[in-house]
Amino acid sequence: MSAPEKEREHTAPAAEGAPTRERSPVLQRFLDERAALVALGFLAVLVLVALLAPWIAPSPPQAMNLDAVSSPPSAAHWLGTDELGRDLLSRFLYGARTSLLAALQAVVVALVIGLPLGLLAGYAGGFADTVLSRVNDAVMAAPALVLAVAVVAVLGPGLSNAMLAIGIVFAPSLFRIVRGATLQVRGETYIEASRAIGCTPSRIVTRHVLLNIVPPVIAQVTILAGVSMLAEASLSFLGLGVRPPEPSWGSLLRDAFDNLYTAPYLVYAPGIAIGLTVLALSQVGDGVRSALSAGRGRSRT
Amino acid sequence: MRTLWRFVVAVPVLFVVVSFGVFGLVALAPGDPAVELAGQGASEAAIARVREELGLDQPLLVRYGDWLAHAVRGDLGTSIARKQDVGELLLSRLPATLSLAALALLLALVAGLVLGTLAAVRQGGVLDRAVSVFAAAGIALPQFWVGLILVVVFSLQLGWLPATGYEPIGEGVGGWLTHLVLPAVALAWLPAAELARHVRSATAEVLDRDHVLTARAKGLLTPQIVGRHVLRNAGIPVATVLGTRIAQLLGGTVVVETVFGIPGLGSLTVDSVLARDMPVVLGAVALATGVVLVINFLVDRSYGLIDPRTAEGARA
Repeated sequence: MSAPEKEREHTAPAAEGAPTRERSPVLQRFLDERAALVALGFLAVLVLVALLAPWIAPSPPQAMNLDAVSSPPSAAHWLGTDELGRDLLSRFLYGARTSLLAALQAVVVALVIGLPLGLLAGYAGGFADTVLSRVNDAVMAAPALVLAVAVVAVLGPGLSNAMLAIGIVFAPSLFRIVRGATLQVRGETYIEASRAIGCTPSRIVTRHVLLNIVPPVIAQVTILAGVSMLAEASLSFLGLGVRPPEPSWGSLLRDAFDNLYTAPYLVYAPGIAIGLTVLALSQVGDGVRSALSAGRGRSRT
Repeated sequence: MRTLWRFVVAVPVLFVVVSFGVFGLVALAPGDPAVELAGQGASEAAIARVREELGLDQPLLVRYGDWLAHAVRGDLGTSIARKQDVGELLLSRLPATLSLAALALLLALVAGLVLGTLAAVRQGGVLDRAVSVFAAAGIALPQFWVGLILVVVFSLQLGWLPATGYEPIGEGVGGWLTHLVLPAVALAWLPAAELARHVRSATAEVLDRDHVLTARAKGLLTPQIVGRHVLRNAGIPVATVLGTRIAQLLGGTVVVETVFGIPGLGSLTVDSVLARDMPVVLGAVALATGVVLVINFLVDRSYGLIDPRTAEGARA
């Protein structure tokens, strides 16, 4: 994650005309990123599939069919069935909901913690910055998954707790981005101008700083969403996340693991889906970042 | 001097912050360990006695100080579920995890260097594209899933390697290695992928520099150029990636050990979490954090050895 950050340190002194109501240049450049657009399309389809799961799934996710236990993929069950005769395709589609929501929850937790603290550290500086940054370094120094497992140990297993843990563990990476971006924006002339005309710090932060750090935050959030998805899979696989029988892509892999000898075909779909989703999220993040790297230093306020 | 200062002050401070954080969390956890230990229907007095025995009637800071004072002397308390000394328990699980992590690191280093260099030498070639696909897959796929696929292919279908279990190296290198190959590959994939990407870009950049052009003009062959002039320059990204990935590698062992049934620290941590055996969880997290902090520090130090320009003073 350090290489892209370095890229963004470079500030292009773009000769800026008067702001118009046209599409923002960053958005325009993002739309030029083919891979990112394809990835965004994939994610949109995924969200749609997750929303429509009750209508498009062949059967309810918990419905058991004891006539078709551990049956390999067939016309009736495209992805096969598990040891209880549950249709994997149905569980997979419902699992998409759980996994996407879980990633969203972790990202929201990371945002709720990382964003305000990052703004505070970056804008206020001084003692608050020193303390927050040191704590941040410490949390980042610990192995994330081990730390998340420890937090789950305290909160008790369950998907919400697991994603809360993951959100807490990943908040520092967001804090760092927000702090860095805020530091950069704080030095801009328009902030000085706002201060000169008597804007209160809270107004400056919410009206000017916040708007200008949105793009790098979006880039980081997409990365975090991908990492959270992987973490959900890991924790659910370990039995610390989603509780059976509710399906998530991670818990489906746990089922596959438990039945690896009798039904190895169960292992493919959830893993590939996780891989593709994480890949798509990182493509979108890359797209946002490269759309930004040419257009840093402009103000939208 | 700066380095020494960092080692003596910064590393312990970071360690204290992390361990206090986890300790505090454990203390805030719902459920009273004294009630649980005293057993169902225990009287108030009995619970109070257990609480006093465990030192739970003391303020949090005192308890943490007590834990820390014992921890630095290697006394991490007693496991609740296993009734064993936590330090001994961790030590008994250490060889398996260390073997796994070391083998994975070695694999990642070799694969990352070889693939990254080859990709940089023939940019745009088949191998270059294969390496980017390999890297993208490594970053996007869950490690344990890679492990599951390896089990399906190499254990279930081909029958070449055992699917689970672990044999100490003392009982023969062969058995040790065959049990560790698959988990190590699963664990090495991600760092290898990242390493390959960084080595590729570092090498590609160096290949265009003047001293490499000179070497080429002198008639040196590509392997010689890469060996003498290029790899050294790729050292910094390699050290950086390895440093940041050590933590992830340790995290990865938690899941990979479960997949392959390896009795290491990772599976011990998971079991202890499920059993709510807090002394073990605390000890495992403290150990992992300590290891990562020391390794990060060593990686920082290695920059100066690889590239003297970055040594003392040059770095902010």
